[in-house]
Amino acid sequence: MNRLLLFIPLIIFALMGVVFWVGLGIEDKTSLPSPLIGKPFPEFELGVVEDGRTLTTADLKGQPALVNVWATWCPTCKAEHSFLNKLAGQGIRIVGINYKDDVMKARDWLKAYGNPYAYNLSDPEGKLGLELGVYGAPETFLVDSEGIIRAKHIGDLNPKVWDSLKLEFGAMQ
Amino acid sequence: MKQVIMMVLFFSMPVWAVIDGHKYPFEDPQDAERFEQLAEDLRCPKCQNQNLADSNAPVAADLRDKVYELMQDGKSDDEVVTYLVDRYGDFVRYKPPFRLDTLLLWGGPVILLLLGILLLALLRRNQSQPVSALSAEERARLDALKSRLDEEENS
Repeated sequence: MNRLLLFIPLIIFALMGVVFWVGLGIEDKTSLPSPLIGKPFPEFELGVVEDGRTLTTADLKGQPALVNVWATWCPTCKAEHSFLNKLAGQGIRIVGINYKDDVMKARDWLKAYGNPYAYNLSDPEGKLGLELGVYGAPETFLVDSEGIIRAKHIGDLNPKVWDSLKLEFGAMQ
Repeated sequence: MKQVIMMVLFFSMPVWAVIDGHKYPFEDPQDAERFEQLAEDLRCPKCQNQNLADSNAPVAADLRDKVYELMQDGKSDDEVVTYLVDRYGDFVRYKPPFRLDTLLLWGGPVILLLLGILLLALLRRNQSQPVSALSAEERARLDALKSRLDEEENS
């Protein structure tokens, strides 16, 4: 019994080691789980960046889409932009939300770097962003044809992230 | 008379809650206190170690404005918190709810405390066991060592 008690510190050390090791391994501690998964996309009525017409939630439904929240003030959005162009080239429907941004700047950006979006909703005050629980652009939502949010990714889209998302996206088709 | 009017005007002025240089006017000082309390208790999702009152991140400012707006609509504290939790998740609360998946969070410290008490009790029990008396053989060895020590000291 005495001998066994001597091993307690070692066992505690080992347990803490495992806990900290797992903690270190968690890739991105800043991305929080979204409570919106499985819920309908929030209602909106917003102008479109490209031509100013007004769209509503009904326009989003019908076919699955990647809904990408971006802004010209967001450096990571620039980093992921060429990958979005590539995805659009593969026929994936991407809807943009131009979050807390200026329409003119957004138009210039799309002209300069290409426009992978089916259309861009202009959300200058971040109202739709707040409904979506956006706290750090870029954020991307997978929305199915019924308008239900299926998944969310915080941070840039890149081939590695897309590898895990595309299965889910494929399942929505 | 003029002074009386001035006094009445002074005391009927709305109250302001001021956060990060932004003024939030309230008719009722109690509401201003509620607002400040909510901003203290809600967590900024961007800068994860600050509450809405401390953070100057743009998203924290948006959420403060939303809390203010909801309060102006007559929403209760619970309704305001629920509104934000529905969109940003439990993370925005500094006080997580007691649920099955938060059981370890709430019960963890109690479990650790009980383990500690158990460990302490085990150690104490071991220490309190009486030391057994020396056997005849051990006594003889001790005597031999003692007499050797005496001899060495005398020589």
